[in-house]
Amino acid sequence: MEECIAAVATPIAQSGICVIRLSGEGAIEIASKVFVPVKNQSLLEMEGYRAAYGHIVDGDEVIDDGVALVFRAPNSYTGEDVVEVSCHGGLAIIERSLELFYRSGARPAQAGEFTKRAFLNDKMTLTQAEAVMDVINAQSFLSLKAANAAKRGALYRKINEICEDITKIDGHIQAWLDYPDEDLDLVDSDDVKKNLYKVKDDLENLLSNYKLGNLIKNGVKTVIVGRPNVGKSTIMNFLSGEEKSIVTNISGTTRDIVENVITIDGLMFVLFDTAGIRLAEDVVEKIGVERAKAKIKEADLILFVIDGSEKISKDEFEVLKYCEHVPKICVLNKVDLGLVENSINFDQFDCVVETSSKNPQTMESLKQNMISLTQLNSLDSDAPLLFNERQKLAVQKALDELKNAISAIESGFTWDAVVISIDAAIDSLLELTGENLSEHIVNEVFSKFCVGK
Amino acid sequence: MEYILESMEVAVLGAGHAGVEAALASARLGCKTILLTMSLDQIANMPCNPSIGGTAKGHLVREIDALGGEMGKAADANMLQSRILNRGKGPAVHSLRAQIDRSSYHTYMKNVLEKQDNLYVKQDEIVEIRVSGGCVDSVVTKLGAVIKTKAVIICCGTYLEGKIFVGQSSYYGGPDGSPSARGLSDCLKKLELPLRRFKTGTPARVNRRSIDFDKLEVQNGDEVITPFSFSNKLQLENKIQCFVAYTNSKTHEVIRNNLFRSPLYSGVIEGVGPRYCPSIEDKIVRFADKPRHQLFIEPVGLETQEIYLQGMSSSLPEDVQIAFLRTIEGLENVEIMRNAYAIEYDCCDPVFLYPTLEYKKISGLYGAGQFNGTSGYEEAAAQGLIAGINAARKICGKSEFILDRASSYIGTLIDDLVTKGCTDPYRMMTARSEYRLLLRQDNADERLTPLGYEVGLISKEQYDMFLEKQKKIKQEKGRIFNVTIRPSKELNEEFIVRGTSELKQAQKMGELIKRPQLSYSVLEKYDESMPADLPLEVKEQVEISLKYEGYIKKQQQKVDAMRKLEIKKLPIDVDYSCVDGLRLEAREKLNKVKPLNLGQASRISGVNPADIAVLNIWLKQRGAL
Repeated sequence: MEECIAAVATPIAQSGICVIRLSGEGAIEIASKVFVPVKNQSLLEMEGYRAAYGHIVDGDEVIDDGVALVFRAPNSYTGEDVVEVSCHGGLAIIERSLELFYRSGARPAQAGEFTKRAFLNDKMTLTQAEAVMDVINAQSFLSLKAANAAKRGALYRKINEICEDITKIDGHIQAWLDYPDEDLDLVDSDDVKKNLYKVKDDLENLLSNYKLGNLIKNGVKTVIVGRPNVGKSTIMNFLSGEEKSIVTNISGTTRDIVENVITIDGLMFVLFDTAGIRLAEDVVEKIGVERAKAKIKEADLILFVIDGSEKISKDEFEVLKYCEHVPKICVLNKVDLGLVENSINFDQFDCVVETSSKNPQTMESLKQNMISLTQLNSLDSDAPLLFNERQKLAVQKALDELKNAISAIESGFTWDAVVISIDAAIDSLLELTGENLSEHIVNEVFSKFCVGK
Repeated sequence: MEYILESMEVAVLGAGHAGVEAALASARLGCKTILLTMSLDQIANMPCNPSIGGTAKGHLVREIDALGGEMGKAADANMLQSRILNRGKGPAVHSLRAQIDRSSYHTYMKNVLEKQDNLYVKQDEIVEIRVSGGCVDSVVTKLGAVIKTKAVIICCGTYLEGKIFVGQSSYYGGPDGSPSARGLSDCLKKLELPLRRFKTGTPARVNRRSIDFDKLEVQNGDEVITPFSFSNKLQLENKIQCFVAYTNSKTHEVIRNNLFRSPLYSGVIEGVGPRYCPSIEDKIVRFADKPRHQLFIEPVGLETQEIYLQGMSSSLPEDVQIAFLRTIEGLENVEIMRNAYAIEYDCCDPVFLYPTLEYKKISGLYGAGQFNGTSGYEEAAAQGLIAGINAARKICGKSEFILDRASSYIGTLIDDLVTKGCTDPYRMMTARSEYRLLLRQDNADERLTPLGYEVGLISKEQYDMFLEKQKKIKQEKGRIFNVTIRPSKELNEEFIVRGTSELKQAQKMGELIKRPQLSYSVLEKYDESMPADLPLEVKEQVEISLKYEGYIKKQQQKVDAMRKLEIKKLPIDVDYSCVDGLRLEAREKLNKVKPLNLGQASRISGVNPADIAVLNIWLKQRGAL
């Protein structure tokens, strides 16, 4: 069997259900690290054609629930071991889950790769195969176009720059290894480490920009939370300018998560109106509360809504303990009904905005605060942003290899071993630019160092 | 009048380092072989540096030896001084290099050739290769004699249309004052071999008595000498010293002031020079900010006063050569015996070869060594060996002998040549291998000796020795995981000194030896059951394989992935322009290289993963038809 690949098998879009497919050597094992069935059985023990309900987990954290289908070779679409995981179709969930599968050992599938494998394993006829070729061609044409477009971009330039920096470090060590008799500068491990740390910072920055890039691409996930009946749905509706949530004065009206996409000054925000968090009595609402908690975990921004005209109860703040990682705006709503004196520690919020459904001006101020908090408006449009999973994985891999190199130097490994990791880091970046590693290094050695008899 | 002189199976043209290995391999594998050289006195000559080995080149020599070639044995027998370079930088880059007695090396090799069964050594110049029906038929000497042959291996080094440049003067000539080979190039052009011009150079030889050695740094050989050959039984010792000197600003000034008299800078030389072996004027122009350059002062032999000045290759006029050499401390009164020169020669684009080193267009015609665009004695010998083996196997009706990149530097060298070609003379470097930690000079036998035995160049006796060593390695690997090392005051003090953490509780020796700071020499003191007669080379293998276990495993995974593509064979008679779905660039490149398998195809620049996917499916379709 070939190495394990993973990809979304359904169109990537906001949809009810999405299927992530893994195929190849170790597919079941890799899936079992990420998907844990509710009943006490691992995917590893399951026979082919069996399904299990369970959770997609990242360590202790539950990302989503769904169903996993196990196929054992040769009885599968590709003829290899296959696992298909059906989960909920939110983009964030898909990306997060895919990332988990990649981290556990799968690599992203190339265009048409599942089908290609199916053909190679005699799961398909000749005519079908020809169709596959067309797909690969079309896709590779598209990806070529995409790659060419990317080459003009800031990301490409930045990756090139970082790659040059690592190559410089690597080239010096390589020249020193291959030309021991030349009077080249000694390779000093503190120097090398210092330079590697610098590159490591650059790569980490690039990865954090990935997040900003995603905010632009996928929208800022904004979750509205608060005690029932403080006016969350009113805020939602005001922001989106339409009736999305059902507004009543019966608390607990919003039982499920309501989603809406708005743009403020050209930036996209995906708003989620959650069920009010409180001790729910009926079951339907309880599920809503659990969902709300899950949403908070994925949020980029929290609007914490308080009824400014009422005394605040302690348990209202309970929910904030799920929100520690995210920027938060405290929305004091219903201020037109008179502001009640409350002893609130506002320091835990990034800003406080007073709103009233009677005064649209207050909503404008909320919008401006939402924008400034995400810091996207200050983002330089030329800043390098990572735009897809493939690029992100390459950068992540380069970063991991650099860390390996640093730890190898620290634990006293010889240079021939250290350069294996540095080479691998360059290699994964070169994958984005399509160059060959050894040529790249040899060119560096000859152009920068005076070596030779 | 033309006449048939001989009837042979294999004819080797040229008796340099490639030709010698090619002829010996072919004769030893049972083929009636003739080795033709323009001068019997130039057999296995070293017209440049009087040394063998160095980084990656030392690896090549060990590999040649492990396969049953001659270079390692000859180097051991004629060595003057030996050093392992790169100690302390890790086992993958430990590299053996020896200074060699140029004249006795030649005599030794000539003798080995003369004594070899099935081998005919003859002084003659070949001016024509005849091909009939796409197959090699015969070669023709300058005197018009025809030698019938089934295979021809071209190993003509820098002789083809060789042209010497010294300052503004130039003349047709080969290396070391020999004449160049004129005529064969025209024949090769008619056979549609794509020829081109490369260039290389060599420094001056000077008289030992004219050097003030008191002003120079001494460079001694290793106290314990590691031989090149795995089967060496000779007692090796250092017989000479080498020295180091440095250029200075005055040297650079003399050179800069005379650049206009260099054929390289005045544009007379059209050949492409090697990047790794720049002339001194090149170094000074390209690296203008370097205040000094190193040169090595190396004796050429025991029975001569000639000294080689490594690092000072030049094509400036002789008066300038003397002037700049005399600015160097220790060389104030230096006398030149042979001047430095640049040489330009015809060679062939190796992309037109299969990895067997046979020409794709002409059955039975092989190329090896500098003719294939490489540089260096070791690179040449490695190719000669592979070409010789393949020519013989083809005649005997046996399968091709191809080493892949994960097996050896030899395999890497040839794969690079035939897959990517080369735009300047190709020199081996460890940085060219993606499996550096697997391809060590210390384990060349483990990688290649079983293959050498299978081919028939390694004797039963040598092979048994090899098996014995492997058995000991296996036993020892098992043993040290049964040896428990306990903490003691003495041991922990030593651990601290070596910069590793103290031992808190007893641990297996096999675990402890994985620490970079520890080795057999430290731990065996605490191991009472240590067998006294355990050979050093066995300890070395055990230690490296455990210490670098993680890296070795990682590299092995890369190898496994590569070999999955490598086993998918591509037919050689394909017209890729008819394969639907390939991009235009990929079609052209594939048609030029005609890769033997998907792995090789994937390494061609301009062939991308989508093209490989297309080829994979196309292969499958073909199988289904």
